[in-house]
Amino acid sequence: MDQRRADPRGALVRPYAVTRGRTEPRQDIALEAVLTASPTQVAESRFAGHDKHRIATVCEGRAQSLAEIAAYTRMPLGVARVLVADMVAESLLTLHTAAPAEGFEERMELLGRVLSGLRRL
Amino acid sequence: MDFAGYDPAGGRPGRGIVSAKIVVAGGFGVGKTTLVGAISEITPLTTEALMTAAGVGIDDPSKVPGKETTTVAMDFGRITMAQDLILYLFGTPGQTRFWFMWDEIIRGAVGAAVLVDTRRITDAFAPLDYFENRNLPYVVALNRFDGAPQYDLEEVREALAISPQVPLVMTDARHRDSVKQVLVTVVEHAMLRLQSEHGRGFPTPVG
Ligand SMILES: Nc1nc2c(ncn2[C@@H]2O[C@H](COP(=O)(O)OP(=O)(O)OP(=O)(O)O)[C@@H](O)[C@H]2O)c(=O)[nH]1
Ligand SMILES: [Mg+2]
Repeated sequence: MDQRRADPRGALVRPYAVTRGRTEPRQDIALEAVLTASPTQVAESRFAGHDKHRIATVCEGRAQSLAEIAAYTRMPLGVARVLVADMVAESLLTLHTAAPAEGFEERMELLGRVLSGLRRL
Repeated sequence: MDFAGYDPAGGRPGRGIVSAKIVVAGGFGVGKTTLVGAISEITPLTTEALMTAAGVGIDDPSKVPGKETTTVAMDFGRITMAQDLILYLFGTPGQTRFWFMWDEIIRGAVGAAVLVDTRRITDAFAPLDYFENRNLPYVVALNRFDGAPQYDLEEVREALAISPQVPLVMTDARHRDSVKQVLVTVVEHAMLRLQSEHGRGFPTPVG
């Protein structure tokens, strides 16, 4: 609540106004799915409006999850998800795979990598 | 940074960077944010979801004139394990009236750690019931606060009716090594579960 007050837009603009009232994303994107923007994509996002450009800028040079995009831009999660899904469809962001949901070998390999990553910490 | 999966053609899914998620659950004030902060490479971030006061789901306030909206905050941390592998830790909202938000948080997760404060053991009933009814591997971590009664693990297992297959560990959510051990236990447990379900010919769970 306090953070929302810190965002001047939070108080002044209805949250879904930036998505023109749409609340359903074109594509469901997991909280932890990561996105990147190349310098070209960031440059092109300038023509897509202020909010999309802010999102592309957040994802430039460092992969960011949907949750991070929402936190850094101070957008409610649902709003960020609609905009990010649009940007993926418009080739302004590259969506990377979240954890593979199926396939025993793939799941085991991922878990093994996470386990050794934790042990190395 | 050079993105292995970067596709110059644009927005098609890249195969480059994989992310995984572990959920840190538990009742109000059990130390979820502390645990995430002890191991995350970033100060835990907060993201907010909007919903109507009725709590039916994320809603479009313009469609329900006059209906109060409320925000649910969840916090999360990040561990970049390799150029192409990121682990996220998501804390659930402490207030149990936001259960539906938990469904979104656990979707696709590797597993969960359910934190229990030994001073308020009965607060753990609702979170444990929640996980018992989900197909997500979880472990129970006792966060022993200063001055809390000293139970031994088996007493707590009995009091909370935690099934013998569920790992139960002691932790101090403020200490990185202790938190690391909890997360290692979650992943090891998830691997065992996956292996045994695979052995019995079950389809791979998706959390
Ligand atoms: N002594 C002790 N204090 C702790 C421990 N973990 C958390 N605390 C303290 O307990 C308080 C609550 O911890 P939080 O991490 O905010 O708990 P939370 O589960 O995120 O709380 P909500 O999000 O409000 O549900 C803080 O003041 C912490 O400093 C612990 O392991 N030992
Ligand atoms: Mg918290």
